[in-house]
Amino acid sequence: MSGFWNWEWVATHLDLVGEQLIEHLWLTVLAVGIGLVISVPVAVYAQRHPRLYPPVTWVAGFLYTIPSLALFALLVPFSGLSTLTAEFGLVSYTLLILIRNIVSGLNAVPDDVKEAARGMGYTAGQMLWRVELPLALPVIVAGIRIATVTTIGLVTVTALIGKGGLGALMLGGFRQLYPEIAVLVGLTLSVALAIAADGLILGAQRVLTPWARSVRVRTAV
Amino acid sequence: MATTMISLRDVSKRFPGTRAAAVGDLSLKIAEGETVVLVGPSGCGKTTTMKMINRLIEPTSGTIEVDGTDVMAQDPVHLRRGIGYVIQSIGLMPHRTVAQNIATVPRLEGWESSRTDARVRELAEILQLDEELLDRYPGELSGGQRQRVGVARALAVDPPVMLMDEPFAAVDPIVRARLQDQFLDIQERLRKTIVFVTHDIDEAIKLADRIAILNVGGVLEQYAPPEEILREPAGDFVKAFVGAERGLKRLALMKVSGIEVEEGPVVSPEDSAEKARSVMGELGFDWISVIEDGELLGWVDERMLEGKERVGDAEPRRFSAYVTAEDSLRQALDSIVTSRTNVAVVVTEGQHYRGILTLERVSKEIVS
Repeated sequence: MSGFWNWEWVATHLDLVGEQLIEHLWLTVLAVGIGLVISVPVAVYAQRHPRLYPPVTWVAGFLYTIPSLALFALLVPFSGLSTLTAEFGLVSYTLLILIRNIVSGLNAVPDDVKEAARGMGYTAGQMLWRVELPLALPVIVAGIRIATVTTIGLVTVTALIGKGGLGALMLGGFRQLYPEIAVLVGLTLSVALAIAADGLILGAQRVLTPWARSVRVRTAV
Repeated sequence: MATTMISLRDVSKRFPGTRAAAVGDLSLKIAEGETVVLVGPSGCGKTTTMKMINRLIEPTSGTIEVDGTDVMAQDPVHLRRGIGYVIQSIGLMPHRTVAQNIATVPRLEGWESSRTDARVRELAEILQLDEELLDRYPGELSGGQRQRVGVARALAVDPPVMLMDEPFAAVDPIVRARLQDQFLDIQERLRKTIVFVTHDIDEAIKLADRIAILNVGGVLEQYAPPEEILREPAGDFVKAFVGAERGLKRLALMKVSGIEVEEGPVVSPEDSAEKARSVMGELGFDWISVIEDGELLGWVDERMLEGKERVGDAEPRRFSAYVTAEDSLRQALDSIVTSRTNVAVVVTEGQHYRGILTLERVSKEIVS
């Protein structure tokens, strides 16, 4: 026994740690990616039909309130201990945040810009892709950041259905399958992953929206 | 009469859920190359009327033709790309640079980038936008600059027709006056067919070839050139809307070059002081202009001539103010009432003396 600080185990199990880290990342990217693929059309439609917005947020909000543990337990009889089960839950939790942010982002696009665009002959599709979504990007990205950080935390819970990425290390540590230090390694990497992902997305947004910065340093000429 | 570019026939617009029509049975013909200003109080349907031309709003009944084609028979996207459009708040794309904003419609139309670049630079020059501004974002520009970018953008594919909805209302008066002058300058060169909406009658008078004065409910009260509207307002509504100082506003539209000036008291520097005195006495002036070979040297008066033999010995003093042929009669009037002599001296380029204007002479132009 080498006590809690069993570095030897960590050193000899770097492969396992790496694999779990990659699985964690993959589950997160997949969840946020699928979440976006669902949220963008739903949010765009709801933003154009304001009467639909409350029911949409109600459904997404309902999903959001289900305790994750219960949700996974409920799904296992249908889809087994699979990535599908894990993603079903993880994606559900991204929807509320993403839809809300996309809708607020679209709502914040200035009316005069839309009117000018329409008057210049933008089609509805060009308006969405070239005007509305780009202008909504800062707010949408803010939503993606929250969804990503939240998902990175939630992925650990999927360890209970045989997935979990870094969560599997933690659970293994609890169950004494691994030495206790596995809990610490999983926890530390999970937090580091969340911080890194958040910073990376923020950086990407800065690169994609150079105009958003220049507005703040308005110079009167 | 030039060919008609835009025609509205019995056009009306009723918005759902409202009883009164926003625009009722409006007929209007706008000639090619003409600036028509739609003006009226809020609720007169001027903006609605304008937006029906590019189908941002669709008429309830009636026909609108642009260049001989019914707008309702055209694809609205195609129609709009062929009509320049400028709105009060401009609506520049905040996420695109000035150059990209100007290139909006060329890009939608799939122009080659070399052609677009050349056009952007050409427009920047026409609108006096510094080339270094082209890479900035709209958020970094001043109000006047943004306004000019908006106009450049509307002109990008050289559309024959421009719709402008209170384009200069959001900038301060000094910048507005400058933008208006620039507008007149550019329109002089490009001769677009322009429909311009404003609530400011003075702006209408300054910019329009013809003014359409609309009353609440889109009722056309008068459609005539500014001078005619000021001279013969059709009814009490127009009279009230045009407001006070109609005479002054008319004077602002007339040029000094358009009226005959009086010769006034004149001598040459070679003439004797005696002759200068007799001319002043004859015409009833206590000063006299000194002119050499048509060029105005200045003026002298009794006191300056004292003890001098020739007028030239008295060293004529320069006039502190004079008007040129290009000035308006309103500016001439200002010069008259602010000069000690109650006379405006008129010169052409190179200080060539043309004569004088008096209050009586100016008022004769508007009292008939």
